[in-house]
Amino acid sequence: MTVATNPAYITETLIAEDIDAYLVKHQHKTMLRFITCGSVDDGKSTLIGRLLYDSKMIFEDQLATLENDSKMHGTQGQGIDFALLVDGLAAEREQGITIDVAYRFFATDKRKFIVADTPGHEQYTRNMVTGASTADLAVILIDARQGVLTQTRRHSYLVNLLGIKNIVLAVNKMDLVGYSAERFYEIVSEYSHFAKQIGMKSFLPIPISGLAGDNIVTRSENTAWYQGPTLLGHLEDAPITVARMQDAPFRMAVQWVNRPNLDFRGFAGLIGSGSIAPGDAIRILPSGKTTTVKSIVTYGGNLDRAVAGQSVTLTFNDEVDCSRGDVITTADAPCEVADQFEATLVWMGEAEMLPGRPYLLKMGTQTLTATVTEPKYEVNVNTLEHLTSDTLKLNAIGVVNISTDRAIPFDSYANNPDLGGFILIDRATNATIAAGMVHFALRRSQNIHWQALDVDRTAHAAIKNQQPKVVWFTGLSGSGKSTIANIVEKKLHAMGKHTFLLDGDNVRHGLNRDLGFTDADRVENIRRVGEVARLMTDAGLIVLTAFISPFQAERRLVRDMMDAGEFMEVYVDTPLEVAESRDVKGLYKKARAGNLKNFTGIDSPYEAPEAPELTVNTTALTAEEAAELVIAAILAS
Amino acid sequence: MPVSSADPVAISASTLTHLQRLEAESIHIMREVVANAENPVMLYSVGKDSACMLHLAKKAFYPAPPPFPLLHVDTTWKFKEMYKLRQKAADDAGMKLIVHQNPDALAQGINPFDHGSMHTDMWKTEGLKQALTKYNFDVAFGGARRDEEKSRAKERIFSFRSANHRWDPKQQRPELWKLYNTRKAKGESIRAFPLSNWTELDIWQYIHLENIEIVPLYFAAPRPVVEWNGMLIMVDDERFPLAPGQVPEMKSVRFRTLGCYPLSGAVESKATTLPEVIQEMLLTTTSERQGRAIDHDQAASMEKKKQEGYF
Repeated sequence: MTVATNPAYITETLIAEDIDAYLVKHQHKTMLRFITCGSVDDGKSTLIGRLLYDSKMIFEDQLATLENDSKMHGTQGQGIDFALLVDGLAAEREQGITIDVAYRFFATDKRKFIVADTPGHEQYTRNMVTGASTADLAVILIDARQGVLTQTRRHSYLVNLLGIKNIVLAVNKMDLVGYSAERFYEIVSEYSHFAKQIGMKSFLPIPISGLAGDNIVTRSENTAWYQGPTLLGHLEDAPITVARMQDAPFRMAVQWVNRPNLDFRGFAGLIGSGSIAPGDAIRILPSGKTTTVKSIVTYGGNLDRAVAGQSVTLTFNDEVDCSRGDVITTADAPCEVADQFEATLVWMGEAEMLPGRPYLLKMGTQTLTATVTEPKYEVNVNTLEHLTSDTLKLNAIGVVNISTDRAIPFDSYANNPDLGGFILIDRATNATIAAGMVHFALRRSQNIHWQALDVDRTAHAAIKNQQPKVVWFTGLSGSGKSTIANIVEKKLHAMGKHTFLLDGDNVRHGLNRDLGFTDADRVENIRRVGEVARLMTDAGLIVLTAFISPFQAERRLVRDMMDAGEFMEVYVDTPLEVAESRDVKGLYKKARAGNLKNFTGIDSPYEAPEAPELTVNTTALTAEEAAELVIAAILAS
Repeated sequence: MPVSSADPVAISASTLTHLQRLEAESIHIMREVVANAENPVMLYSVGKDSACMLHLAKKAFYPAPPPFPLLHVDTTWKFKEMYKLRQKAADDAGMKLIVHQNPDALAQGINPFDHGSMHTDMWKTEGLKQALTKYNFDVAFGGARRDEEKSRAKERIFSFRSANHRWDPKQQRPELWKLYNTRKAKGESIRAFPLSNWTELDIWQYIHLENIEIVPLYFAAPRPVVEWNGMLIMVDDERFPLAPGQVPEMKSVRFRTLGCYPLSGAVESKATTLPEVIQEMLLTTTSERQGRAIDHDQAASMEKKKQEGYF
């Protein structure tokens, strides 16, 4: 290539000679986001460094630092180590490993690029899924000497799972296999076989060398047998997801209601798919109310039309209810509404998944409470085998059913990632613990309707002349829960109250005899007790429960099941030493000897209530006195 | 199995440009903050990134004014022209401006000439922490970009700080799709960076296209400068300790980044319009932060500053 036809040279000349023409040209660039994935030594960082270097995103001072760093930490002898350009945090630089998602930027005359650089380590599936979630395209790197590795399969499975349609197989380090066409096609054929297995529709293989620069920006003379595009050429031409989404039906999740004064009510959001114009008929979900768009308001003036990818504010022709979390859809092709789904989960939390535990689910702009079932199966992403499992651990992927506390609008992830992708959040730590992709709504959620009852809960309670209630005793084993609850029930019974006491003895031997004492089983135990207690309050009873119930999350779950004011949490506060010294059933002794696993207070945690309705301190009160306090509280409420 | 070939996409009228998409993303982030935060604030440094961020805020909440105040963590050492634009920018946006100066730094007369890195520590790092604590702000918008420095490339858009404002790169939450987990524990606060995915060139192009008002110091003009610490420093007021007999020289200079005037290196330039500034920037060969004195020493120094609570 002569200097005069070199694209970089032409750009520089244009900048120097006619900056206005350059600026006009560059206002019309599009933007592509892509992810690079590969194993530890596939040369990922080198490739990204090369793209930045070749597109002139590296300045002289950075180059000087780079040359210094290359001598100090580099792996290329006296040569420039491009990888050092992109390895960021100090600790990582010392280890020589990228351990997080980093975003890099470069631009050509046609496009701006955002690269998600993610690590190749197996334990960092979390980071790869994060990087892939916003990518239009994935570059999967293979070391030409190594061929398709377990890691390659894993990365390919993940980018396919995240719905990336445009996949480049970059067969790297071609210089180290003598630019052999035979080797290249051998790898392509092997990969093709695997791609078919995971349902990947197509991919584009390119022979490259990140270090030597072959087929990155310009076609290499070393691979005369290769007729396809260069890597950068393909990146400049590949389709962009948000442009494709413009052809889908209109969807916009409402972020914020704009009410600067009584005359203006606008609904602000980022259009997820489709397009919208004033006069278009729309439907608001989950309510199902319909109206038409009055105007598309922006700072720069009202628009005649807006498309997927734009942040706008809509006003309506009718006063209909609409708030944050709602989804505005086109009236004739609305999305579905349901409260139970099948979904794939990628577990990202340090603590394993607990089926039945209430988590927060964020999808679109709504956040609500959701529970997950045991996995239908877990996927071994290396072998694609379906495994049975009763939980998901960090970086595990599995298919579960999800149930939400109210019906929400959604699309399947495959059709619309904006309304089918969600995260799960731990209520206690606020950590993001899972990424999920909705497959479909479960039939039963659409077909089970509540049977309207003639004799309702009010009637049940009225005939007993009492307020139904759940009095929930929680505390360590041996704290005195059952003792106090028994006295309370006797006294209430004597007063003519209709009561029932649920405790470990009458539940664990029957209803819950299939459950053990793992965290997951404890969660399910409490969920079932909660459901039974709720049915009993429907029957008008005052229900007393005596369970250790060590986790705040489950006690809150039960609280949320009941009507306001019907749940009364009683914390039986007894220090561990006291409970252990009582050791009525000899359990502490067994646990200390290591003969009883998962014993609360010993090798399993107890989370004390933060705001119980009542606390009884059994070191200061007798059981009788404590019972009197509880009864007074029940009768007072 | 079919192997796809590159399929060029014709640019249709509805294909959004990179600036339109960056704008939409920034607006989305700002609205998420406002929908979730109790008491948000926008950090405003009067620089070009701040100007851009403020402009985006006006767009995000139009026709309402942005529903949060601007906070300037002042060092008393900014350029006079910056102080001039500060109140005007807030008034134009219909927003309240809060100015915080660290009273300890003020009392001790901390300045960039005598106190070295303590100047930044006390005025900026400590000053910011004091202001956030004093007004109980739970989310602060910042104009930081990922392209500025290597450690920022890994910064999340929503970045969580402990009760004592420290940043732990190992404890950041994964950000998937457009779903930001904005929940925080008592005492924790969030820095939200709506310009994360913008580059310096994007910022300049956007300022040009949207006609955003910026401090005139970004354009070349004859200004009195001296050489100090290897940089061209503008003598903006009488506090500059000129050596006996030293006389500032008038040179046509402009600034690529603005901070405290004794710490902001000028570059000799003839660029008096935005296109000319962009032209110089594109043809230049040194990166933006080199004009700032704070992080010359080590590649990882910004990361250390950030862990300590510098923005």
